[in-house]
Amino acid sequence: MIDPVVVELSRLQFAATAMYHFIFVPLTLGLSFLMAIMESVYVMTGRPIWRQMTLFWGTLFGINFAMGVATGIVMEFQFGMNWSYYSHYVGDVFGAPLAIEGLMAFFLEATFVGLFFFGWDRLSRVGHLAVTWLVAIGANFSALWILIANGWMQNPVGAQFNPDTMRMEVIDFVAVIFNPVAQAKFVHTISAGYVAGSVFVLAISALFLLQGRHVELARRSMVVAASFGLASAISVVVLGDESGYVATEQQKMKIAAMEAMYETEKAPAALTLFAIPGADGRPAYQVQLPFVLGLITTRSLDRDLPGITELTQRAAGRIQNGIIAYAALDAIKANPGDAAARATFERTSPDLGYALLLKRYRDDVQNATGEQIALAALDTVPDVWPLFWSFRIMVGIGLFYIAFFALWFWKASRLTLTSNRALLWVAVVTLPLPWIAIEVGWIVAEYGRQPWVVEGVLPTFYAASGLHFWDLVISLSFFMLLYSVLLAIMVWLMVRIVKAGPHSKSVLDVDDDAYFPDRPLAIHLEPAQ
Amino acid sequence: MTSIPLDYETLRLIWWALLGILLIGFAIMGGMDLGIGALLPFVARTDEERRILLNLIGPTWEGNQVWLVLGGGAIFAAWPPLYAASFSGFYIAMIAILLALILRPVGFKFRGKVSNATWRSSWDWALFVGGFVPAVVFGVAVGNLFVGAPFDLDQTLRASYAGNFFGLLNPFGLLCGLVSLGMLVTHGSAIIAARTESVIAGRARTYGRIAALATFTLFLAGGVVSLFMLDGYSVTSLQDVAGPSNPLGKSVAIIQGAWRANYALYPWMAIAPVLGLGGLAGAYLSLTQDAHVRAILSSSLAIFGIIATAGLTLFPFLMPSSLNPAASLTVWDASSSQLTLFIMLIATLIFLPGILVYTLWVFRVMRGTVTTAALERNPNAY
Repeated sequence: MIDPVVVELSRLQFAATAMYHFIFVPLTLGLSFLMAIMESVYVMTGRPIWRQMTLFWGTLFGINFAMGVATGIVMEFQFGMNWSYYSHYVGDVFGAPLAIEGLMAFFLEATFVGLFFFGWDRLSRVGHLAVTWLVAIGANFSALWILIANGWMQNPVGAQFNPDTMRMEVIDFVAVIFNPVAQAKFVHTISAGYVAGSVFVLAISALFLLQGRHVELARRSMVVAASFGLASAISVVVLGDESGYVATEQQKMKIAAMEAMYETEKAPAALTLFAIPGADGRPAYQVQLPFVLGLITTRSLDRDLPGITELTQRAAGRIQNGIIAYAALDAIKANPGDAAARATFERTSPDLGYALLLKRYRDDVQNATGEQIALAALDTVPDVWPLFWSFRIMVGIGLFYIAFFALWFWKASRLTLTSNRALLWVAVVTLPLPWIAIEVGWIVAEYGRQPWVVEGVLPTFYAASGLHFWDLVISLSFFMLLYSVLLAIMVWLMVRIVKAGPHSKSVLDVDDDAYFPDRPLAIHLEPAQ
Repeated sequence: MTSIPLDYETLRLIWWALLGILLIGFAIMGGMDLGIGALLPFVARTDEERRILLNLIGPTWEGNQVWLVLGGGAIFAAWPPLYAASFSGFYIAMIAILLALILRPVGFKFRGKVSNATWRSSWDWALFVGGFVPAVVFGVAVGNLFVGAPFDLDQTLRASYAGNFFGLLNPFGLLCGLVSLGMLVTHGSAIIAARTESVIAGRARTYGRIAALATFTLFLAGGVVSLFMLDGYSVTSLQDVAGPSNPLGKSVAIIQGAWRANYALYPWMAIAPVLGLGGLAGAYLSLTQDAHVRAILSSSLAIFGIIATAGLTLFPFLMPSSLNPAASLTVWDASSSQLTLFIMLIATLIFLPGILVYTLWVFRVMRGTVTTAALERNPNAY
């Protein structure tokens, strides 16, 4: 069996590199659309200020995008490097969305991002605008396929175990693509990215307004960010709710753990606002809102929500069923023609993953004792309190942003953006909040899936590569060192660029017609002088 | 089971060819940037010269690198056991490649944002590492496929690995690393010569000719060693070409000279090494005669020939195991399911032609020589 220390270090490395990568992805998703909107206004109105805005936010986008690319390639390779049994076990299903992501999305995004920066004087205005939109669309399609892959880890539909190849294989690819978990997660995640992008633009623009610099650019940027941000913040919360509803069907244990709900909640279930854990880890004191959890998760008032204790008992049953599948699989391996064993396996194979939970306690899982089955069943409970609080932080920030953007949208429509300096300061200092919400959201989704790497199919500890302790020490320390240095440089560069402001490059002042030599503009809404 | 219009054997062959095409695509497209990265501090000596090189590849390198991302994704989707065994087996080598590749996007983007000389020269060397290290290590990894990797598979098809990073640095692996570096440097030189002026182009021609000659010699030497001196691998049992992807159902022997077997069986395969050598000779001559387009075509042909030689020589092996030859991964027992191969083929047929078209369009928009004057006009220039 794999060294448990190697498993823990592999998890730490994956979590660290994924969470780090996910600092940059949301901003790419959000800023690319905001830039495309700004450039659209430029092309439609011909006002140079909108091109200046596109270029300024584009400079910050470029630095962020470089970090996203640098850390993204690590993600693509780490499955094979650190999770080789996972790659073997589910590659037939999981690999396809990743490859299609490259074909359909990342190629588009990465090919045109170069033209976004280098094509200003080589393309017509409409041509360049098309390039900017293609970058934004590519980035968002990219998120779609990554979340289809991730959605399958949460809700492994459309696949079954093949005893001859010892792995999960696709039987219905349409089900994999239209996995309800993936669809809800996709819109939830990209909307979170749009909120991050809008907050980024709003905060830096608010700083400019406070300093009385670049007021024209800042005001217009705030109007775009406030409108886009309001729609996105509503979308995040609505689709987050949808994710919760879908998870109630597929990942009951995750919901129970998020709610620190040990005992089954009779319908209609109450939502716990706050709780204080007692000595036994269970909530000793809690503030609850009646009915609300039942409404959110089951959209009804008459369904019970199973608690952790009940779900653990159900898991024990599935482990016992899984042991039958495991024994049948052994019989098939010994004699591939054993029809009776194949029939048994067919019937019990959905629970095979539960038998693999026993691998932590013994290799010959057929002979597991009742005590070991009980231990393995307890392993299906994720760490309750980190999830409980992560979830509450995420939801709190999400709701805050609906109010926040509604306020700014209202102020923008009344042309009173600069009337209240205190509010502008709030916009500046709350800049980190979307990233906090996004990272704790990742914890809810992925840490909440533990002990599974693929829910109910493959335990995380069983999926790791058989690497050595020192392999992980070397890779983890190099990643941490390089990533920390690069992050520090990136923040420093961004601060420099914001301090210098949009006028740092002389070319921005050139006459608009000279900047687009001999390319008459089809759409020109400016009145002729 | 729904009926799939292509049989498993054909799909496996198509995906073996597509794997080759994607790797060749990466070596030609991404390889030009790696080669130019490895040449950066030598061909370009002043800040201005280096900016010209960086802005030569700046607009297109990100798209080019997607060939690598796609190659990784395609191995994952179409050859999961290969993805699992090779990426974890070559762990430290992969980490070296990743750390080097991480330096590139930030190097391009960060370098020009500050005008301090130390800052810029530090990023120049980072970009050198980002080109040089992957160029060598990819070659070393391919070389080790000929030697065999010390991995085994248990009954659950879990891979275990008995080697370490230094085991990869055997003489033949290093030789292949140099061939890889040489062919990418030749290719990068040809691009620089075509798209820059005066002193940089002149230096690139010199480096390119040296690299083409060296690669020619090393590739020839690699051929002699692999065909006549190395222990090769040979499947000694009948393999079901449409059977389930389980590598444990065959027997494999290690035989000296076994890597010659395919050329005896299919003499037409000899065209691949001939193209490799011919491309390198053509690149040398074209660079001497200042025929730049011909030089790029020749170096691309060389890359095609060299990678095709490796694939054809190893066939049907993808990754032989020196520890337990019977666990070697082959085209017939290390693919994904018939349905996944078919779905991925459809996706490739839909999207790859579009990728080629818009990539060509972007290169066309960005065509022409890169000069200092052009850099001054663009606020986004590196």
